[in-house]
Amino acid sequence: MNDVKHLVISKIKDGTVIDHITPGLAILVLKILGIKPKSSEAVSMAMNVESAKMGKKDIVKVEGKYIGDQELNKIALIAPEATINLIQNYEIIRKFNVKPPEVVENIIKCPNPNCISNSNEPIKSRFRIFLDESRVKAVCDYCGRKLINLEDYI
Amino acid sequence: MSRFRHLISIDDLTKDDILYLLKQAERFEDIAMGKRCKYLEGKILANLFFEPSTRTRMSFETAMKRLGGDVINMTAHEASSVAKGETLADTIRVVSNYADAIVLRHPLEGSARFASENSTVPIINAGDGAGQHPTQTLLDLYTIMKESTLEGCKIALMGDLKYSRTVHSLIKALTLFNTTIYLISPPMLKLPAEFLEGLNGRIEEVELEDVISEIDVLYVTRIQKERFPDEEEYKKVSGSYVINRNIISRAKESMIVMHPLPRINEIDVDVDSTEHAKYFKQAFYGVPIRMAILYELLKDGDGCE
Repeated sequence: MNDVKHLVISKIKDGTVIDHITPGLAILVLKILGIKPKSSEAVSMAMNVESAKMGKKDIVKVEGKYIGDQELNKIALIAPEATINLIQNYEIIRKFNVKPPEVVENIIKCPNPNCISNSNEPIKSRFRIFLDESRVKAVCDYCGRKLINLEDYI
Repeated sequence: MSRFRHLISIDDLTKDDILYLLKQAERFEDIAMGKRCKYLEGKILANLFFEPSTRTRMSFETAMKRLGGDVINMTAHEASSVAKGETLADTIRVVSNYADAIVLRHPLEGSARFASENSTVPIINAGDGAGQHPTQTLLDLYTIMKESTLEGCKIALMGDLKYSRTVHSLIKALTLFNTTIYLISPPMLKLPAEFLEGLNGRIEEVELEDVISEIDVLYVTRIQKERFPDEEEYKKVSGSYVINRNIISRAKESMIVMHPLPRINEIDVDVDSTEHAKYFKQAFYGVPIRMAILYELLKDGDGCE
């Protein structure tokens, strides 16, 4: 491939590559995927690297693991332009764009202090996701609070 | 089969559902006034009020009893297990074993939706914090239908349009009926602009003097003292949003004045004896509309179809 000399992080043999992440948000992508301190996945990450398509972008590569579509689609909440490459033996076996899910649970924290989802009840936060003028927005299923800039609430 | 399992938000109802409930309420009016019936005999309604309420709780109780059913209450929650730290989820699971339906008022927004996810019986939202209060909206619509005309009506909403959940739900519902809505409020209590996003309909900010002669309904709400930084400011503002005989003398003869009550001084008592005053009638209409809701959620398939 002709872009080898530009690679900031090495190719992976098998696993999931999340490319074209909104610059600066790779850490939140890891959070959405449930990759936290003390996780065991082999992960490489690049932030604010050059991109022909976007100017700058972030990249996340998770080695040895195919992350499910449902999980990956949650990335669209903060990085609707992200593309997914599933890699097997250094080859791309599937490539797709993320699509925001209709409902997400336990990812967005409702900023309304009077919302039942912020109480000590046994409850998961739940937001309905919709597109408005090509922006991803969310509405709390409990209190009805509308959110834009979802990255501030993850 | 009932048209809906719970009543959580007015947004969950279609225009057709609303019209159906209003029509049913009309059929229950003579029962609301004392004609005996046994439509809900043997059914038990639980009133769970985590916040004080007089008219909502009492009118639900009246509605259930008029329909031949029974009511159990949890009001003094200091004395119940809630004070021991029981979650709402557990309270609901327990009470849904005792009753056939639950009326819930709770200070947190979204609590009624959450309760419905933990209940085996229908939940009726009687106000969740600053959130929804759908039975108030339905009784407001019913009052307009009975005392004026709902479809195409010209209505002015006056007072606290920023914080009043009554007003917010009512506006949403009114836009289903081809209405013209005029908004009248002090600048700091204006309807938040984002509220109108996605609503279509004729909605306009005006002064009362400009529209008093053409409106069909004047809906007045309370301006709450606690919204103001100081008493002085409150007195200055609230004083200019008072309805009296002088003002309504310029209105159409058929114009009706509504208020969700309790009123403080937004409507001069002088107005009470005029034909325009419908706020006490409005309070009565809370009974037949709540009967219609209870019947819809609790009927077994026989009864007064």
